[in-house]
Amino acid sequence: MYKYDSYDQTIVDARVEEFREQVARRLSGELSEDQFKPLRLMNGLYLQLHAYMLRVAIPYGTLDARQMRMLAHVARKYDRGYGHFTTRQNIQYNWIELKHTPDILAELATVEMHAIQTSGNCIRNISSDQFAGAAADEIADPRPWAELLRQWSTFHPEFSYLPRKFKICVIAAQEDRAAMRLHDIGIQLVKNDAGEVGAAIYVGGGMGRTPMIAPLIKAFVPIDDLLSYVEACLRVYNRYGRRDNIYKARIKILLHEIGADEYRRQVEEEWAHVKSLGLDPPRAEFDRIAAMFAAPAYDAAAPDAIDRDDPDFALWVDQNVKPHKQPGYAIATISLKPVGGIPGDATAEQIDLMADLAERYSFDELRVTHAQNIVLPYVRKADLHAVWQALDGAGLATANLDLISDIIACPGLDYCSLANARSIPLAQKIATRFSSMERQRDLGELKLKISGCINACGHHHAGHIGILGVDKRGTENYQLLLGGSGAEDASLGRITGPGFDEDGIVDAVERTVETYRAVRTEGERFLDTYRRVGIEPFKEAIYG
Amino acid sequence: MDDVLRYRDDAAHEEPAVTLDAFLGQTNATAVRLESDEDARALIPHLDRLALIEVSFPAFRDGRGYSSGRILREAGYTGELRAAGDVLVDQILPMRRCGFDSFAPDKPLDPAAVERALGRYDAVYQKAADGRSPVWALRHG
Repeated sequence: MYKYDSYDQTIVDARVEEFREQVARRLSGELSEDQFKPLRLMNGLYLQLHAYMLRVAIPYGTLDARQMRMLAHVARKYDRGYGHFTTRQNIQYNWIELKHTPDILAELATVEMHAIQTSGNCIRNISSDQFAGAAADEIADPRPWAELLRQWSTFHPEFSYLPRKFKICVIAAQEDRAAMRLHDIGIQLVKNDAGEVGAAIYVGGGMGRTPMIAPLIKAFVPIDDLLSYVEACLRVYNRYGRRDNIYKARIKILLHEIGADEYRRQVEEEWAHVKSLGLDPPRAEFDRIAAMFAAPAYDAAAPDAIDRDDPDFALWVDQNVKPHKQPGYAIATISLKPVGGIPGDATAEQIDLMADLAERYSFDELRVTHAQNIVLPYVRKADLHAVWQALDGAGLATANLDLISDIIACPGLDYCSLANARSIPLAQKIATRFSSMERQRDLGELKLKISGCINACGHHHAGHIGILGVDKRGTENYQLLLGGSGAEDASLGRITGPGFDEDGIVDAVERTVETYRAVRTEGERFLDTYRRVGIEPFKEAIYG
Repeated sequence: MDDVLRYRDDAAHEEPAVTLDAFLGQTNATAVRLESDEDARALIPHLDRLALIEVSFPAFRDGRGYSSGRILREAGYTGELRAAGDVLVDQILPMRRCGFDSFAPDKPLDPAAVERALGRYDAVYQKAADGRSPVWALRHG
């Protein structure tokens, strides 16, 4: 894992003191809420329906036990004893008092954490594959690239007031577990003919009210050119992205309006200039960072067999445990989606327990996934049973990874001032309707995603089944979308037809999956069936 | 000019800034005002006769002027580069880093607060237009 040096620490410490002064000016009345708003937003502090919400950055979703325990401590001391892991691999606290925020940031800084650029029209937390460094199918570890981008983007003087927020993702595996092409910039590490690792750059993806899948803009950028190339991408956007309408201000709209070829041409021209300015760090800096992500000290004699005697344990292994690049090891995903629970929520006690397990069984590392779950990336297969037992005792052993109850949901109208409809109660109803594990496993991989408004924080466009909450003449109404995917086969869901009320949408989901069961071929996933037969049989079943 | 905050040793430029169109249409103006939607690169052929470029920030959220500032400095402009308009105390530092060396804010700023903001960060992560060494350069000598 990356460790701060004195430069990193001094920057984060200075930020805490800066924010402490800004909050003091607000509390004394020197700053109005209007004047304070842009300042707090640069530090992840939102004013929601009932209270302030603080979003804490978890760079590329990676953290250690000490940091995880700090998240539990903040939940206990400053919130209501729980936190909410987000689709951006961050955590947010929904019941924060303004006067406490400087102290929270000061406590976070003691464990190399912060809330810098977790909101605002700037470059947000860099996201990545939650299996980075452990996945059997990766060509390199994406995290050193992500850390290089984190530092470059932190307080970038030219790009702090972009037309709109800006999200960058780095992955290095064929399987896309991070919705890379639905980011403003998606980076996939690839190897060229000489066997060197470089970045394929996709630009202009995103969800929101105008979802787009990012086109490939450059097939190979070597590490020595990464920052200058991305700088050129951002400069073209900062100069020419639309600022007349916030709904048309994301870079995807610029790409859409001028076309990928013209955007590429402008970036190349800008890059030819920017590259000459010496903005790229020396290779030694990449090597310094990469050394901190060296593989852990694996037990070369770790046995490969898993004792499957306990059927509940075996079920969890089948569903939540994935292959590891190191023999004798596995990647275990802890589901934060118990039936009837709030997707992504964890109590302080659960967070502490996951920290303990990481320390004891996973080389002191955890990951947050964009699907709002937690990963233990380096578990000896022989330890899986002990891990599972501990999780089971804390309500964390739900064996539903990538099944219909592993729902992504935004906070919705229960918390969010932008929402049109509630997301959480709907997620709970759907998970309860499909609570039979046997039924869920029979349905197989099925990604269901719920957004409470058109801003699409719940990724409904990318759901195999997506649900969008809208306001229909003052009542909550839900639209159904089918066929989206955020994976390497990225696609956008299509709306089936007229919306439903809360109970109606649960019934519509049930009719959808029953149609799938009726027409699927042996072993065919929901998404593949949909792609084969199209939307009509589903519409017939839902509305017919 | 009393309200202009300057970080230059030379005397303040007296000539009023003309619009970009007016500047490009005449040969003797030495000060120009660039609106946020105008292309800073249009000035590059003329930098040696310019003593003042004023870049407009119509709203603090409009960040196009940061790119304009850097582009002008990267092209070798050494005259006064002024940020004018909705310039707030917390923006002086990024503006300085993008090469601005004078400020004409719509609302006067507290000089002590500006000083604190400018001295806040001992280290920066990126190379920009202010000559500061980024931490990667300090780390590797």
